[in-house]
Amino acid sequence: MSSDTILQVSSLRVSRGGTPVLDIPEFSVAKGEFLSIIGPNGTGKSTLLLSLAGLVKRQGGTLLFKGKVVDNGTELLAFRRRLAMVFQEPLLFDSTVYDNVAAGLKIRGIKRDWVRPVIEENLALFGIAHLASRSACKISGGEAQRTSLARAFATDPELIFLDEPFASLDPPTKEAIIEDLGRVMRARHTTAIMATHDRMDALRLSRRIAVMDGGRIVQIGTPSEVMHHPVNETVAVFVGMETMLAGEVRGSSCGVLEVGINHQSIYATGAFSTGDQVICFIRPESVMVFPSGYAADSSARNVFPGTVKKIQPIGLLFRVQIDCSFVLSAHVTQQAMEDLHIEVGMEVVAAFKATAVHVIKNTHLSSP
Amino acid sequence: MRMRNLLFAWILALCLASVFVGTTDVMASEQKNLILATTTSTQDTGLLDVLNPIFEKKTGFFVKTIAVGSGQAMAMGAKGEADVLLVHSPAAEKKFMSEGNGVNRMLVMHNDFIIVGPPSDPAGIKGMKSASEAFKQIAAKGAVFMSRGDNSGTNAKEKDVWKAAGINPEGQIWYQQTGLGMGQTLNVSAEKKTYTLADRGTYLSLKKNLGMDILVEGDKVLLNIYHVIEVNPAKWSKVNTHGAKAFAEFMVSKEVQDIISTFGVDKYGSPLFFPDAGKPEFE
Amino acid sequence: MDLILEGIKKAIWLLITLDPEVLGITWLSLKVSGLATFISLFIGISTGTLVALTRFPGRRIVVSLINTGMGVPPVVVGLFVSIFLWRNGPFGMLELLYTPTAIIIAQAVIATPIVAGISLASIQKLPEALRLQILALGATRIQMIWMLIKEARLPLLAAVMAGFGGVISEVGASIMVGGNIKGYTRVLTTATVMETGRGNFDVAIALGVILLFFTFCINAILTSIQQRERPR
Repeated sequence: MSSDTILQVSSLRVSRGGTPVLDIPEFSVAKGEFLSIIGPNGTGKSTLLLSLAGLVKRQGGTLLFKGKVVDNGTELLAFRRRLAMVFQEPLLFDSTVYDNVAAGLKIRGIKRDWVRPVIEENLALFGIAHLASRSACKISGGEAQRTSLARAFATDPELIFLDEPFASLDPPTKEAIIEDLGRVMRARHTTAIMATHDRMDALRLSRRIAVMDGGRIVQIGTPSEVMHHPVNETVAVFVGMETMLAGEVRGSSCGVLEVGINHQSIYATGAFSTGDQVICFIRPESVMVFPSGYAADSSARNVFPGTVKKIQPIGLLFRVQIDCSFVLSAHVTQQAMEDLHIEVGMEVVAAFKATAVHVIKNTHLSSP
Repeated sequence: MRMRNLLFAWILALCLASVFVGTTDVMASEQKNLILATTTSTQDTGLLDVLNPIFEKKTGFFVKTIAVGSGQAMAMGAKGEADVLLVHSPAAEKKFMSEGNGVNRMLVMHNDFIIVGPPSDPAGIKGMKSASEAFKQIAAKGAVFMSRGDNSGTNAKEKDVWKAAGINPEGQIWYQQTGLGMGQTLNVSAEKKTYTLADRGTYLSLKKNLGMDILVEGDKVLLNIYHVIEVNPAKWSKVNTHGAKAFAEFMVSKEVQDIISTFGVDKYGSPLFFPDAGKPEFE
Repeated sequence: MDLILEGIKKAIWLLITLDPEVLGITWLSLKVSGLATFISLFIGISTGTLVALTRFPGRRIVVSLINTGMGVPPVVVGLFVSIFLWRNGPFGMLELLYTPTAIIIAQAVIATPIVAGISLASIQKLPEALRLQILALGATRIQMIWMLIKEARLPLLAAVMAGFGGVISEVGASIMVGGNIKGYTRVLTTATVMETGRGNFDVAIALGVILLFFTFCINAILTSIQQRERPR
């Protein structure tokens, strides 16, 4: 463990009512980093967060804060006073915004007069100075979450835990709060651990992402690593690899693989040998759609004619599924849909680069 | 886990507190409290409201008057839950004494019972001289009769009269029972315009609101006799013997007997009770 | 009818002129029920809060007991308290029967389950994560309990008001353990029953009006508490 690690846990086991919910052999967080824990609902993200904060009883494992074991009552209390936590709901107290922000300091027994400048500073940092004497029952959702953040930072924590902090906010409020939060954290070099099911937030805010599945961390790495090189199917599906194709490696040379899918072949990159059973993942953003008969340029190694099977609007884009004897999923902009007059049943050409294909070993005995 | 410790600590504290309260001997000094079990008629007339303060001032005892009805008063005495009784149910009292529950039974005063009813007098008993004859008439006409039905002295007297008339009113549709005290039974009776047996004292104190007339009075059998009885200390060690004795002697003292003889005159025109201390028993 | 009107007229007169007996009975009622409620406040809120926050085997049974206790008829409480306080009962040597203390005890027994039950529900109604949030702010267990009680202060006040309302209007147990002794254990409810029985409607109505006044005040406070919002 390097001197840079602020929090470390080993052999962490948590059970609820006899059923194991968390099994983490090893996990550490570096000082000053922003780490996100992502995964589908029910997989243990919040439980892991609460265990790391020492708020949930664990059935096994050790927690180390700055190299020292956190075990019994006094150590635990001291540890908790160095951290802060913000939940999806602001969970404010029934008093004024000022009193809410001062709550952490009041708990530590700091005198009211000394507290004032700190509170005012934190209120200003999160843009709620004008709400100081307002009752917490009479503010909007965004203002309430800002108050919760100001309350968390008022105690100058070394470590902040965020449990789905933006899930209840509308996009513009969320963006504004993220901006303010980022500014405060950079200024104070606070370490942050965030649990979220929004992979976009995880991608753009984190230095590292930990992907959880069934109470275990199945992959931990930089956003790029996790997004483009998922270590198994579950991670791949969660990070948005929409096309999954099972096949067998037919040939391999200079790192370029020819993978047989049905009676066709696609070109991919990876270190596998002939005969290996593999699964190919392709991000929908990497699949380009052209009108039928269009001669794609040579940079795309994989060119397949096919028929549009299904069109699904998703936000500002369209998910277009193309049947090329195997199904390819592509994301197409509204503009492109109109330019190409894409409709169901239309003949199109789909193309993608070999480097856009991510290959992992197929652990199933039969094809997906 | 720490929460559970807190909970157990709290429960322990509560248990200790109750044990502490339970074992503290609060009154080690001589008994000051005197529990007087008596009838609703003596309380409702206000007689005890006059006599008790005098007694308390004189002796320093604190009288707790529990007005329940002769039957229940004697039941309390038999259990040792009262110190002295002031009741008016002679037959039951004799039984009480013969069972060794009381000592020193002394005659205090009397008044009489009257048969009252609606001015319209549907059974036509007004002016009759015999109570049992009047009851016979009520039964024959099927006129509604309201009984206290609570084993009080009044109730006992009422049953005696029915017996003398040779009638068993139990279960008859015209015979109703309130289970309440004298004042309340009179109110119910007035409201429903029924006949009832009442002691004169309570009737007079409520007369102005009732709208009922006295229909039969003066029959010797309607005499209502009050005795004071001390609960037997030999049977119950916790009885306040000094207080009981003091109260009994107080009730038969000349001073009190004089007060009794004039009680109610200014308000109702005639006294509500007649003092009898020292006189021979009526039977 | 004019009986009642007479009664009302005289009742107003008694109230306006602050008739000493009526005042004395009112003051005694307030003292007795007030003290009983005070006791039930401590025992009820602490017990309700601790049961709400602790997981232990048999918790369900305890919660059922508390809820059952809320519905026990007051006269039954009066019966059992009398039995305990009878001279020949287990606590007879304390000579508490037919004293104001006995009424306070009986009323405290009646009110405590009410306060405990409503406190239990109020604390349980707080957001589950609030407890974790308070701990994450660095609170000790005691601080956390205190802060949760503060957060639920209005429903808890409603609990206390419900307890007070229940006991100031109670008559059965108060007669059984108090004995309705003039100037000593005669409270509003027991006096009303007695005065009605005696036919003193003016006094009975005056006492009834006072009781109604208290009921009204309690309900006004409860209503204003009910209508308030909680923060997010």
